[in-house]
Order: sequence, then C-alpha cells, then structure tokens
Amino acid sequence: MIDKDTVKHVAEIARLKLKDEELELFAKQLNDIVDYFKVLDELNVENVEPSFHPVRTEDVMREDGVSECLDRKKVLEIACHKEGDYFKAPKIM
Amino acid sequence: MLSVQEHVNNVKKKDIKLVPFIREVLEKCKKYNSDYNCFVTIDDEEALRQAKIVEANPKGLLAGVPITVKDAICVKDITCTAGSKILQNYKPPFDATVIKRLKNEGAIIIGKTTQDEFGFGSYSTNSAYGIPKNPFDKARTTGGSSGGSGCVTQLADFPHISIGESTGGSISCPSFFCGVFGLTPTYGLVSRYGLIDYANSLDKIGPIAKSTMDVATALNIISGNDSFDQTSLNQPKKDYTKFKDIKNYKIGLPKQYFENISKSVEVNVRKAIDTLKSLGVKFVDVSLEMTKYVVPAYYLVAVSEASTNLAKLDGLRYGASLPFDDSENFNDYYGKVRSTFFGAEAKRRIILGTFTRMSGYRSQYYLKAMKVRTLIINDYKKALKNVDCLLSPTMMFTAPRFDEITKLDPLQVYQSDLLTVGPNLAGIPMINVPCGKDEKGLPVGFHVMSDHLNEDKILNVSRAYEEAVKK
Repeated sequence: MIDKDTVKHVAEIARLKLKDEELELFAKQLNDIVDYFKVLDELNVENVEPSFHPVRTEDVMREDGVSECLDRKKVLEIACHKEGDYFKAPKIM
Repeated sequence: MLSVQEHVNNVKKKDIKLVPFIREVLEKCKKYNSDYNCFVTIDDEEALRQAKIVEANPKGLLAGVPITVKDAICVKDITCTAGSKILQNYKPPFDATVIKRLKNEGAIIIGKTTQDEFGFGSYSTNSAYGIPKNPFDKARTTGGSSGGSGCVTQLADFPHISIGESTGGSISCPSFFCGVFGLTPTYGLVSRYGLIDYANSLDKIGPIAKSTMDVATALNIISGNDSFDQTSLNQPKKDYTKFKDIKNYKIGLPKQYFENISKSVEVNVRKAIDTLKSLGVKFVDVSLEMTKYVVPAYYLVAVSEASTNLAKLDGLRYGASLPFDDSENFNDYYGKVRSTFFGAEAKRRIILGTFTRMSGYRSQYYLKAMKVRTLIINDYKKALKNVDCLLSPTMMFTAPRFDEITKLDPLQVYQSDLLTVGPNLAGIPMINVPCGKDEKGLPVGFHVMSDHLNEDKILNVSRAYEEAVKK
C-alpha cells in the first residue's frame, strides 16, 4: 500500500520536494499502478534467470589508444557554475 | 513526391540548387511548427551552413536530404532538451553516433522534434515545449513519445527522414497515429551513444519516413557497431534496401493482439492481411501467453532504469541551473533543481522507480520484472520458431482527442501501450506499416515483428504490402 507518507519518504530519498497536493495525488495514482503490478505474482519465476538486457551481449574492451575527446574549454562553456578549469558545486559536507 | 534516393541523385547531378531548396524546407518547417507544434528547435544557420558544404561537394548516400531529429538525440551545438525544462539551454558539444553517420553521408539536420519529457508518455502531452497536433485533426494526438517526428514526417511534402527513439513504442505509436512508416530496430543494432537515456536496456533509435525504402536507406546508415556504446552489437552489415520476395513467408497472428481492438482498426488490418495473402503469404494463428504481463513488466523495468538515469541531471555541469551561495549544501541545491525543472510525469516515474528499487521491494518488483522479461522473450522466441514474422495492429485504436486523453489517469495511459511494449521489452525489431483510414479519416497501421536482427524480413513485408496497394 502506497500512502502519502510512503510517497513523502521516497521523495526524500529521490531528492524531490513535492507539494502537499502532489503527495496526495501521487499516492493515489502510484497505489493504483503498484496494485496493477501485482499481477506478476501469478508467475513462478523461481528458476528463471533475469534478463538485464533483451539481447545477450559480451563485455568488450576498446583498444587502448589515443583518440579525440571533448575539449575542456567547450565543456566548461556550457556549465553555469564554474571557477577556472573546474565545475563549481555547493559544499558537500 | 521524390523519394530520398531520387532527391540524392538530383543533388549529385546538380539538377537541384541545394541551398535554396533547404531554405524553402526551413520555411515550410516553420509553418508546420506554427500550425502543429512539431519542433522544439529549427536551426536555420546550422542547416544552411551544412547545405553550402554539401552543395559545393555533393557526396554520400544522403547528400542534401533534410533530416529532423527527436529532441532526445544530441546534435552538436543545437539545443537538446529531450522535452524537459531541466535541459532547456543544453547545447551538446558533440554529435550522437547516429548523427555523425548521417552527416558523413551528406544529410542536412533541420531541427529537433517535439516529444514527451524524456520519452515519458504515449501522446506527447507531457512535453514542456508545446504539444504536437495530429496532421489529420488538430484536436487529436500525434501519439508519443516521438510525436513531433511522426507529425513532420506526415506533413513534409519534400524528401525527408526523421530519426526517432523508442523505449516502449515511441516510434510505432506516433507512426501509426500519423500514418507513416516507423522502424524500431533490434536492441543494440543502432548505437545509443549521444541519446539522452530513458531506460538503457530498452532504448532504441530508429527511422521514421514516408516509405519502406526511405526507412531502409536510413537504417543502412545508422546501424552497425559503435565502440562508444557498450551494448552495441557486432554484426556483419546488411543492405536493407535489397528487398526480397515474400511469396513463401509464413506469418503468425498472435490471437491476444486482436482482442480489445477497435472495429475500424480490425477491419483495416484484416484487409491488409488479405492483401498479403494474395501475395502468397501464409498466415497461422499463434498464441503469446505472456501478453497479460507485458505492461506491468515493461513499466517496472522502465521506471526503475529511468529513475537512476535522471540522477545525473544535477544543475551543475549542463542544462538548467539555479543560483547558490556559500551557505547552501549540495543535497538541498540538487533537490531544488530537480523539483523546479522536472515535469509531473518525470516526478511520478522517479518516485515509482525509486520505490521499486528500494531495499525490501527490489526483489519483489525490479528483479521480478527482469525475470518476467526472460519469460516474455521466450514467449516471442517460441511464437517465432515456425514463422518468419508476427503481425498485429500497432495500436488498439486510432488517434484519440486531447479532451479524451486528459480524462485518463496514468495507469490507463500505460495500458494503452499493450501492443507495443512486448516487442520492445523483448528487443525484437518492428515496423508500423500504414494500411488505410478509419471512418473519421484517421490512419490505421499494422505492426510487423520478427526475431532479433531480422530487420530485413519485416522490411520485405512492409515493402511488398506498400507496392501491392500502390497498384
């Protein structure tokens, strides 16, 4: 059961600040959706391998070599907060 | 109207003046946009710059062909929003691999098409930049999420290809509602490098165009291994424009895909089946037992992956940002940016996807869906074992009106994807083939699907039908 408190808790984890009416509306809508997902409980998947991709792919490594990469100046040009050659972010600690 | 290939020949023979042609195309696109909202960005300067280069030295398989691109795919120095406010001013400093390949063949990028925010939607109504309108009735949807691409492809009275992207049906759905051809390739056949991800294990880039030949021409160029995408398949190149006869094809009709469809869709698709029969195709009934589970399994995988993908949009390195001062901490800033710029459906999917991956729920929802996906893939493999292709309607009904869509709750919208999410989850190739109109004059289409890497087979069916109804 997803209620308003669950949505509030999940929103905090997901770093979303939701208004009270959003919490209310999402609780109702998400509860309907999660309820609908329960139909999967009819299936026995005990010995089934998960498919993380639809097509099995092998891990491959690129040849180690020099190639072109993005220009630092161009990358910094599109950032709003920067100082010298760095991105600038609010303090973490 | 000229096909893409005829246009390319004219450009190469210099029978057409490319710069004035592109100028005219840009004007038409602006007119389409003011009437139908099909573009987020039209870039005159960049298009004319490319046109001058190609006019001086016309070479490549797409020399001088106007291309429009879903806004989730990066084109160097052209604003790329993916339909979201959080990327409102993002100008990628690089080209996506598909764009690089198209440009190398002389293609001219005209602009970026309207879509649901990050592809989150079936009707393009979750767009932060205006809602595209159906070319057959402006009160109706183009479908989504590549809605602008479907719309402009139908409107264009000049040779043109649009590059769309599908996660759960975002190429097939707008192609059906707008009456054009749209191909979703096998997962991994076309590089995703430079695509703003929705769900990494589901996203596929594919062409939308007015004919099977134009779709195949584009696929020839954009398919193939790319070392910048770790899920890119390494397969020998095929020439998709070499169509083969379908006389001895056997096609399966999944019985569950003909339930709950509207009468007008059924009538037109059955008529198309009769046409294919007259070409020597044999039809057999098949059963896709997992149909009931495809929508929940798809949405669980999709929202789980989407919620992690959107975490990288932090308001610091690119895209929208807010001011901050020394007293503010990172988490508060990050939360403020996300809450300000994400739309309602993005927020809903982040909450849902975070919930389904949370400790205590992860194996019940996320892992379970990944296991059900295995059963769904096996279901298609089994159905395809004795047939070349599967055929069904692409959508259950023709384009709904906006006032009807507003009344739907999110779950009802998700359920309208029933016929497209299965093949998308299984990563098999599919194409929408337009086949007639309903009583209101709205397009109907059928879906041809086949096993992984059988793009040639679905294109053969599409081409044979297209040629048969032309006569």
